[in-house]
Amino acid sequence: MTTLPQSTERKLGLVIDLDTCVGCHACVISCKGWNTENYGAPLADTDAYGSDPSGTFLNRVHSYEVQPSQGEAQLIHFPKSCLHCEDAPCVTVCPTGASYKRTEDGIVLVNESDCIGCGLCAWACPYGAREMDAVEKVMKKCTLCVDRIYNENLPEEDREPACVRTCPAGARHFGDFADPESNVSKLTAERGGMDLMPEQGTKPVNKYLPPRPKDTLSEGAGDIDILAPYLEPVAQEATGFLGWLDKTLEKL
Amino acid sequence: MTFQQPKINTSPHVSDEVRKTTCYMCACRCGINVHMKDGKVAYIEGNRDHPVNQGVLCAKGSAGIMQVNAPSRLRKPLKRVGERGSGEFQEIEWDEALQIATDWLAPIRKDDPSKLAFFTGRDQSQSFTSFFAQNFGTPNYAAHGGFCSVNMAAAGIYTMGGAFWEFGQPDWDHTKLFMLFGVAEDHDSNPIKMGIGKIKARGARVIGVNPIRTGYNAVADDWVGITPGTDGLFILSLVHCLMKAGKIDVNYLAQFTNAPCLINGDEKSPEFGLLLRDDNGKELVIDRATGKLTPFDQKGVKPDLTATHRHAGISHRTVMQHMAERYLSDEYAPEAVADRVGISAKRIRTLAAEIARVAFDGAFELQQEWTDFRGETHKTMQGRPVSFHSMRGISAHANGFQTCRALHVLQILLGTVEVPGGFRFKPPYPKPATAHPKPHCGTTPDKPLDGPHLGFVHGPDDLALKEDGTPARIDKAFSWENPMSAHGLMHMVISNAYAGDPYKIDTLFMYMANMSWNSSMNTRGVIDMLTDKDDNGDYVIPRIIYSDAYSSEMVAYADLILPDTTYLERHDCISLLDRPICEADAAADAIRWPVIEPDRDVRGFQSVLCELGAKLGLPGFTNDDGSQKYADYGDYIVNHERKPGIGPLAGWRMGEDGLVNGRGGINESQLDNYIENGGFWVGHIPDEALYYKPWNSAYQDWAVGMGLFDSPQPYLFTLYVEPMRRFQLAAEGHGDRQPPDHLRERIKATMDPLPIWYDPSPDNHCDDYPITALTQRPMAMYHSWGSQNAWLRQLHGHNPLYLPTKLMRENSLSDGDWAKVTSPHGEITVPVLEMAALNENTVWTWNAIGKRKGAWALDENAPEATKGFLLNHLIHELLPPKGDGLRWANSDPITGQAAWFDLKVRIEKADAPSESQPAMGPIKSPVGKGPMQLAWKVGK
Repeated sequence: MTTLPQSTERKLGLVIDLDTCVGCHACVISCKGWNTENYGAPLADTDAYGSDPSGTFLNRVHSYEVQPSQGEAQLIHFPKSCLHCEDAPCVTVCPTGASYKRTEDGIVLVNESDCIGCGLCAWACPYGAREMDAVEKVMKKCTLCVDRIYNENLPEEDREPACVRTCPAGARHFGDFADPESNVSKLTAERGGMDLMPEQGTKPVNKYLPPRPKDTLSEGAGDIDILAPYLEPVAQEATGFLGWLDKTLEKL
Repeated sequence: MTFQQPKINTSPHVSDEVRKTTCYMCACRCGINVHMKDGKVAYIEGNRDHPVNQGVLCAKGSAGIMQVNAPSRLRKPLKRVGERGSGEFQEIEWDEALQIATDWLAPIRKDDPSKLAFFTGRDQSQSFTSFFAQNFGTPNYAAHGGFCSVNMAAAGIYTMGGAFWEFGQPDWDHTKLFMLFGVAEDHDSNPIKMGIGKIKARGARVIGVNPIRTGYNAVADDWVGITPGTDGLFILSLVHCLMKAGKIDVNYLAQFTNAPCLINGDEKSPEFGLLLRDDNGKELVIDRATGKLTPFDQKGVKPDLTATHRHAGISHRTVMQHMAERYLSDEYAPEAVADRVGISAKRIRTLAAEIARVAFDGAFELQQEWTDFRGETHKTMQGRPVSFHSMRGISAHANGFQTCRALHVLQILLGTVEVPGGFRFKPPYPKPATAHPKPHCGTTPDKPLDGPHLGFVHGPDDLALKEDGTPARIDKAFSWENPMSAHGLMHMVISNAYAGDPYKIDTLFMYMANMSWNSSMNTRGVIDMLTDKDDNGDYVIPRIIYSDAYSSEMVAYADLILPDTTYLERHDCISLLDRPICEADAAADAIRWPVIEPDRDVRGFQSVLCELGAKLGLPGFTNDDGSQKYADYGDYIVNHERKPGIGPLAGWRMGEDGLVNGRGGINESQLDNYIENGGFWVGHIPDEALYYKPWNSAYQDWAVGMGLFDSPQPYLFTLYVEPMRRFQLAAEGHGDRQPPDHLRERIKATMDPLPIWYDPSPDNHCDDYPITALTQRPMAMYHSWGSQNAWLRQLHGHNPLYLPTKLMRENSLSDGDWAKVTSPHGEITVPVLEMAALNENTVWTWNAIGKRKGAWALDENAPEATKGFLLNHLIHELLPPKGDGLRWANSDPITGQAAWFDLKVRIEKADAPSESQPAMGPIKSPVGKGPMQLAWKVGK
C-alpha cells in the first residue's frame, strides 16, 4: 500500500469543456504521439494492421447520446484521461509504491521501474483511466505531460500538456486548481465545472464544464414568442413590398 | 515507511531539430513542426506561427508519423504481369517505367492528344498537373472537384465571386450567429473547430442544419435535423420570411449587387431575360438622383431597386422586382414547405426571426474609413454579425447548385458578405466568374492545348463542344448535359471511356484517385469496366497508368504504377495559383520540403512529370536545346513563371532592390527563405482593405500589387446569374448553338437565373425507396487514407450503418443486428447501430472505412474488410431508367456534380452474414502486410 501526500503545493489538472468538444480525437492522437516517444515505455499497439488492433492510449474520447424527455436527442463527446484525484485509490492500492501522487503538483504517476504490472490500480480506478501496456506489461496513464510542463528544452508557451496544445476547438485548459485566480479555477467557477462521479469520493482534480442548454429556438422553448415581432410584415405581396423598399431607399 | 518520491527528469531532450513543413493529411494544409531525432521523425505538432492552424493540429495531422511509416507505402515502380485486378506485378527500375510511359504517350500526342485522359484525385498541385496536361495537349484533364463539391465552388463564384471552404471564412472575431449547413464536417478542418471554439467561448450562437447531429452539430446550440435534399427549399422559405418583414439590407443591395440591374422584359427579343447593358457591356441601372439609365459604376450613382425602364412599349424591371415577385409568393411560406423540409412552420419563422434579430439589432460599425469603386468614401464599416458556412451535404444533390446559390442569395440579402461579422473572402478571392478563364478544348496533334482546361462558361459559346456539337471532353464537361461543370466530371471518365462515349481513349492516367473503390459510384461496375476486354482480347480501356504513394484498391487495376512519396519526403507548393491557404486578413502560401529522404525507390509524382514532360518534348518542360527544363518539382516551384513576375510562390521573389512579395522575379534561394520562415509566407492586407473587398479600392489596389489581378476588378454580386439565362434562351430556340431536343425542357426548368428548388427524389424512386442514405467521413480520417494508419484505425475500425430510432423500431432491429439495404441499383447487407440524434428518415455511415481485402497492407480479416462497407455499391452513375430510352446522369444538371446524397433506399432486417455484403475477393498486395506489433519510439 502506498500513501498519498497530505496535501500538494499545487493541484495541476485539466478543465474539459463538454460544450465545445466536437469529438475530433485530436487530443487522443497528440497524446499518443508525445507519450509513445517520451515518458517511460512506448505506447504499444498489438495486431496493429490486423483483425483486432488494440493499443495503449492515455486519453480517449467517448460519445454518448442523451435523449431529453422533451426535444431533440443530443450527442455529447466526453474525453477521458486520469483525473489526478486528491484521494486517488489507484495510488493507495499499489503494492510496490510504483503508483504515486507528486507532492509538488499533485500529478499521479507510475514509476515504471517499480511497476510489477499487477493491474490492481486499474481495478481500483473508478474511471477506467489506466491502461496496461500489452508489450511492456507496465501500467500506463496520463502524466499530465510532466515531461513537457516543466521542460526547459521547450519554449515557455509549449509547456503545457500535448492534448491542450493541440485541441483545435480550445476545449481543454490546463492550470493550477490550488490558485483561485488561475484560468482553470475561474473557468470552473464561471461555468459550473463539475467533478466526475463525485460519489466515488476520489476528489478528482480535473473538472468538466457541462454543455450549455440546447435547442432554445425549438417548439416549446421560450425564445420562440419573444422573436415573433422581428418578422412583422412590411407588406403582404410584391407591390406593397416595393413600396416599402422605395420608402426605405428614400430615407438612406 | 515514509514514501520516497522518485526523482524524474522533467526536462528531457525533446528533439535534435524541428523541421517545419505543411501537413497533407487533408485539404486543410496546416503548418506542422516535425521533431527529428537521429534523422527520424519523432513527433509532429502544429506550428503556432502558421496562419491556418495557429499551433493546433487534428488527429490526422498528429498521426502523420504513422502515415509516413505505413506498411502500405509502395516501394518501387511496378509493371503489371498478371491480368488486371490480379495484383500480379513485377518491380521495375524508374528508367524502364519512364520509358514505358513515354512509349505509350508519345505516339498519342503525335496522333491525337485527346486519347490521353489525365485525371488527378486529391491532388494539391493542380496548377502544375494542369500545366502538364495543357502542354501535352489533351482536353481531358480535371481533378476530383466534380465528384466532390463543384456545386459549392461554382455557385459561390457565379453568385459572389468566391465560395465557402478554402475560399472564405466567417468573421470569427465579430460574428454573433453562425449557421452551418450540410452533412460531412470536413472543409476546412481545423479553422472551423478553432472558430466554433472561439465564438462559443464568447457566447455566440451556433445553429446546425444537418440531418445528422454529430461533430459540429453536436456542439451547436440549436440543431435543425432537416430532410436531406431540401436545404434549398428551407433557405428560400427563410428568404420569404425575411423579405416579407423587410429584414434585408436595402443599402447593400442597391450599391453592391445586381438587385437594381434591369432585366430585358421583351419576350420576343433574343435577349429576353438578359441584363440591359451599355455599349461597353456595363450593366445599367436607374439612378434615383436623375431617374435616368446609367452604368452601375458611375460616381455618385444611387441605383434604384424598384425602378422600371419603359422603352418602345416594353417594361424592363429590376432584378429586385423579379425577386419580390418570386420569393414573396406563398409557395415559399413556412406553412407551404414545412412538411417537405421536415421543420415546423413555427420553427422556420423562429430561425428567420433570430437571423433578423442578430443581423439588424446586432448591427455595429467598425471605425475604419474606406473608399468604394464609385469613389465614395465611407466613414465606417457597417457590420452584420450573422455568418454562414456549408459543408458538402447541401451540394451533393441534383439540386445542389441551385441550393448553394440560394444560400448565397440569403447571405447577400442580409448584407452579410464581406462585412464585419459576416462571411469574408480569402485572397485571391473575391474574383468574379468573369475574371476566371473559360474552358479550352482545342487540340492539335503534337501541340499544347489552346488554353486552360477548366473555367467558367458564360453562355453556349463557351461550351466545350466539337464542331458536330458532340462533347469535346471525355467526361462531357461543359456540354449541354451539364453546361457549368467548372471542375470537370472525374466520376464519369471511366464509364465514358469504357462506353467510347463520346469517343474512345487510349491511355487513362490517374493520380491519387481510388476509382476502383470509394471514389466511384457503382464500384463493382467500374471494376468490370477496368477489366473488361473486347472481342480481340484487348482491354476496352487499353492502358492505365496510376500514381499513388500507397497500396490502394486502385493499384491492382493499373498497368504501370509510379510510386509517389509520402508528404514528408517531397516538395510541394500550396500556391496562390491553386487552392491556397490564405486567411481573410492575409494572402499566404506554403511549401512542403523533404524533411526526410525516402527509404524506398519512390519519387514525388510531380518530379516524375517534370522528367516525363521532358522525355515527351513538351514545350513547358524542355529548354530550347531539348534538354529537361526542371530537374524536379522543387526546381519548377522556384523557376517556373506563369507570366512575368508571377510564379507558384508569392513570397520572397526577387525585385530590383532585393526581395519582394507578390510580383517579382525568380529567387534561387526562395525555398530556403520559406524553410527559414517555417515553411510558409504571409502577406497582410492593409486595415482599410480588410472588408468590402469586391468594392473596396484599397483592396483592389493591394490585389493588383500582389499580382492577384492585373487591373482592379470591382464587380456586383450576381443575385441574378445571367449566364444561366443564356442557356435557357438557347433551349428556347435562340442562337446558333442549341441543346439537343431531349435536354431543352430540363435546361429551361433547371437553369433558372434566380435560385429555385426542385425535388430530385422522384427520379430516385422515392416512393419505393423512402429513406435517404448518406455518408460523411470522420474528423479523424481523410478519405481512404485513414485505415492504413495504425493509430487512426483504432478510432474508426469499422463503420456501422446508423439508423434513427424510428427505423430501428419499425424493423425490429437492435444494435449489432444486420440489415439489408436496397436501392434502385443494388443491395448491401451491413451491421446497424441506433442513433437518436438523426433525421427520422435518414441513415448514414462513415465514408471510405470499408476496405477491399488485400489493400492498404491490412490483414484480410481486418474489420475494415469484413464489417466495413461502402454505400457506393448502391449508387449508380446513371439515374434509374425513366422509360424514355435515354441515360440520365446521376448528377446535377447544371454542373455535373455527382449526386451522392440523392441515394434512396429501403431497409429490412437480415440474418447476420459472415461479413458485410457484397464481399469481394481479395487482391494480392504488392507490399505484403503490416507488422503485428508496434511500439513506436525513435529516440534512445
